[in-house]
Amino acid sequence: MNSGISKRRRVEIAVLNALVYICAGLVCLMLLGIIGYILVRGVPHITLGLLTSKPSLINGTTGILPNILNTLYIIAATLVIVLPIGVGAAVYLNEYARNRRVVRIIELATETLSGIPSIIYGLVGLLIFVQFFSLGTSLIAGALTLVIMTLPTVIKTTQESLKTVPNGYREGALGLGAGKWHMIRTTVLPSAIDGIVTGCILSIGRIVGESAALLFTAGMASEILGIWESVMPGKAGSTLTVALYVYAKERGEFDIAFSIAAILLILTLIINLAAKLAAKKLRRKES
Amino acid sequence: MSNLRKTADALEKAMNAVFTFCGFLAVAFVLVITAFLVISGVPAIGEIGIWDFLFGRVWASTAAEPRYGILPFILTSVYGTAGAIVIGVPVGLMCAVYLAKMSGGKSAGIVRTAVDLLSGIPSVVYGLLGMIIIVPLVREIFNLPDGANLFSAIIVLAVMILPSVISVSETAIKAVPKEYEEASLALGATKTETVFKVIVPAAKSGILTAVVLGIGRAIGEAMAVMMVSGNVANMPSLFQSVRFLTTAVASEMSYSSGLQRQALFSIALVLFVFILIINLILNLVVKRGGKNE
Repeated sequence: MNSGISKRRRVEIAVLNALVYICAGLVCLMLLGIIGYILVRGVPHITLGLLTSKPSLINGTTGILPNILNTLYIIAATLVIVLPIGVGAAVYLNEYARNRRVVRIIELATETLSGIPSIIYGLVGLLIFVQFFSLGTSLIAGALTLVIMTLPTVIKTTQESLKTVPNGYREGALGLGAGKWHMIRTTVLPSAIDGIVTGCILSIGRIVGESAALLFTAGMASEILGIWESVMPGKAGSTLTVALYVYAKERGEFDIAFSIAAILLILTLIINLAAKLAAKKLRRKES
Repeated sequence: MSNLRKTADALEKAMNAVFTFCGFLAVAFVLVITAFLVISGVPAIGEIGIWDFLFGRVWASTAAEPRYGILPFILTSVYGTAGAIVIGVPVGLMCAVYLAKMSGGKSAGIVRTAVDLLSGIPSVVYGLLGMIIIVPLVREIFNLPDGANLFSAIIVLAVMILPSVISVSETAIKAVPKEYEEASLALGATKTETVFKVIVPAAKSGILTAVVLGIGRAIGEAMAVMMVSGNVANMPSLFQSVRFLTTAVASEMSYSSGLQRQALFSIALVLFVFILIINLILNLVVKRGGKNE
């Protein structure tokens, strides 16, 4: 059938096709290589002792329990603050805002926020939370910095989900005499819950992977902190990513670095899977 | 009854105010960030002199007679980003073509999952892999005393921008109207020719968006680059240890003081201006692309 095609064209097509398949294969191979390498080098060093102790020169132990706890604390603190703000902003944009120009300005602001690199968030967090509000280098300063960073994600996913809530729901609630807030609380928000959950999962993913923004705000300490202690000013603590950086770059302890990398990788896989499931649920609702 | 009504009204008004407040908080954040960066970044530029600061070729912040020229950092960031784009965008574009036009359902799913996972891997993990795999490899292949240089950083950055380049390009390619493809096929072009000579050119504004996004990601990356670039304030050259704008800020922040610290904030301000310009370009590209459709 292709006999009418000149030789030059056939070569060109074959080359382009090959390039496409090579590049697609390359991406898959790269991922497999990365996962394989990290698991092979990291998993053998993950021991119960590593997971349940803190680094101590006196006892001669190395452990990443403080870093695991700090990561959980920062995730919790960030989400507790960013969710109400982000969902509130999305509700404002989708339900309250009348003026198109106002909506455009706010959307422009969120786009700008999502484009700012995390190292700048780190510096700004240092200037605003650590110094200006004198929280000191602390987990709470880190969490507040991450609030600004993850805000665009929460706003965006919630907004998309709000857009899929049929207008009939709103009209029905209003027609039955509900006030606007009552309508939003009882009808709109419950129907948009999957978008909010997606926003949560994506934010957790960003927080788990974040390091540059936390280096100067949450610090590098590796002490075990209690839940209430963790939100106090001046209580510094490094998350898993920051600990990985310190172990690899400043101490050259690659075994621990790779076991942290393996843990981070497994977390990434879980978060990715969760995000996929949430997105699937969202799509089913749309159709 | 009227009392109930009044409290309900008050509640409505209060909630309205709360939501409006949340909505404008994002705007406030942008303004506060800008204000803090300008206020803490401008004094040092004033003291050093804007010309000496931006175009000074020597950065020696801890010398007895400190010099604060950030041209090496600016050029390193520009070259590093350009290198990452030159390597990452063609690969990413090919991959996007595969996902959008040339794959069956199942294999596309696998590649797409791989892309998603790559984008989720933390940047320190990329940095660690770069340190352990790429840096020694570069040292061996090019027979260098140290493999931590601009070239290694470019490789790591190219991998890191792939996911965003791929997903944005794929969306752009998929958005090209089906008629273009059908018309081209009807005229006797093969599937591959149609993709590369009709569909990809038609999707060029979307692909440009992907490139600009990639630039934004590459120029803002700090941790991974810090781990593989050697972190010495040289003028950029492919096989020399270099320092990017981002790593210049990160590497001295913890022990800096006085004018040195202020100069670091000035570097952050310069980086911020770069990012704003990229955002502006992005907005223009997206808007123009929207008009074309």
